[in-house]
Amino acid sequence: MREKILTILEKNARIDIRDLAILLGESEVAVANEIAQMEKEHIICGYHTLINWDNTSQEKVMALIEVKVTPQRGMGFDKIAERIYQYNEVNAVYLMSGAYDFTVFIEGKTMKEVALFVSSKLSTLDSVLSTATHFVLKKYKDHGTALVEEIHDERMLVTP
Amino acid sequence: MRNPLSETIVQIEPSGIRKFFDIVSEMKDAISLGVGEPDFDTPWHAREEGIYSLEKGRTFYTSNAGLRDLRQEICNYLYRRCGMVYRPESEILVTVGGSEAIDIALRAMLDPGDEVLIPQPCFVSYVPCTILAGGKPVPIELEEKDQFKLTPEKLLEKITDRTKILIMPFPNNPTGAVMRRKDLEPIAKIVEEKDLFVISDEIYCELTYGDERHVSIASLPGMKERTVVINGFSKSYAMTGWRLGYAAAPHVILEQMLKIHQFAIMCAPTTSQYAAVDALKNGDSDVEMMRESYDQRRRYVLHAFAEMGLDCFEPQGAFYAFPNIRRFGMSSEEFANRFLREEKVAVVPGTAFGACGDGFLRVSYASSLKNLKEALGRMAKFVSRLDGERA
Repeated sequence: MREKILTILEKNARIDIRDLAILLGESEVAVANEIAQMEKEHIICGYHTLINWDNTSQEKVMALIEVKVTPQRGMGFDKIAERIYQYNEVNAVYLMSGAYDFTVFIEGKTMKEVALFVSSKLSTLDSVLSTATHFVLKKYKDHGTALVEEIHDERMLVTP
Repeated sequence: MRNPLSETIVQIEPSGIRKFFDIVSEMKDAISLGVGEPDFDTPWHAREEGIYSLEKGRTFYTSNAGLRDLRQEICNYLYRRCGMVYRPESEILVTVGGSEAIDIALRAMLDPGDEVLIPQPCFVSYVPCTILAGGKPVPIELEEKDQFKLTPEKLLEKITDRTKILIMPFPNNPTGAVMRRKDLEPIAKIVEEKDLFVISDEIYCELTYGDERHVSIASLPGMKERTVVINGFSKSYAMTGWRLGYAAAPHVILEQMLKIHQFAIMCAPTTSQYAAVDALKNGDSDVEMMRESYDQRRRYVLHAFAEMGLDCFEPQGAFYAFPNIRRFGMSSEEFANRFLREEKVAVVPGTAFGACGDGFLRVSYASSLKNLKEALGRMAKFVSRLDGERA
């Protein structure tokens, strides 16, 4: 049941527990309990809204920063990651394989603000060797959902 | 001037679906639960393969029977899903949708006056195709009390000396009925005893719900040599518009079907065939995802019917529910027409699928949850209004 609940919630976090229970052929209580349990176990870590800020009047700038670091003895990567993700400006931090160590997503009001954050806060951390900043120009798809196109049902209304 | 028309074709009624479609089309903002095709797009990897084949300039005819690779993949699929062994070189024919396969199977097997048993309610084309092939359609009226399964008693009742073919339309459009292994066994026995042949239309085979998967009647002992299995890509892989299906049959029958196909069609669309190779190779997980999604919506629809007090047997296949509206004392058509006019929701009257479909509606749940919710809400309103009128 867990996997099925998660598959549905991942696409629609706002679904009624009642509807969810009907879809899965389970009781409401069982579904609610399972969700509560998964929240407790940190399998479900939050219910967020997928927003296309480009369609609002709000100016937002997002950047992907490649960060190279030297992991420190006894600390490894986790401690450094923690120092990075504590900042409110940081949206996401991933440890990577390959040419650099962390992918850091940063959000700010202007490019300047983001650039300043990187140069004054991120690059100055002891373990950080180098950073490379890439600004996001347009989001086409996020969280498995295409942001650009509107979907129309083009099927004929009645077919055999 | 002489009458330019054939009397046979003039006598054939146009599809009841068509009639209803014309009414619905005039209503611009109607929500439709009348759609007989998936609401998914074809998986991108299959579409991409179709595009790639065009880019490579693969725009020629294929061999009459279809691409060798595709026939091989079909055999692999039939073995993987149903445990049946067919030879790609002599027992598989790729057709323009399952519909063409139905047509040419009947034409390849019927002589004038041969009788074809057609369990109803069912898909709209078996009766006219039988008539066009010179055969005589003999409906078997299935009943809700049997969960719209074909029972041995009902079958025996209709067998005569002229009976040649039994159509097996399961999982069923419009009822959603399925025939499990235990239901098929006695049928197969009768088919063998009475020396009949079977055209088994398994186009919805992937959409079988519950623990037991679809069982093909051809996989039962002694049945392969008597059965033409019809299947395709429309429902399993959401590929309706690609027009691609196939028949798997004993060589003696397939050889004659191939002849008709060769002269009438030449070959199935090449682009579609390339896309289908990829669908079969890499599409199992897509099929599973879609099946799960239909299954969820199936439960949702049944639950809503139960809440509004509408009787409906539990469909276990395809993406249709077939609720019983007899208690309102009106025909399927009256109900569907009023429902459309008063609540702007389209469902198909059961009579479009055979006379015995009267008193029932076909409700397709291949529609978004949001649509289903809205449409079923309106249905609940409509049903309680009808109850009020009768009280």
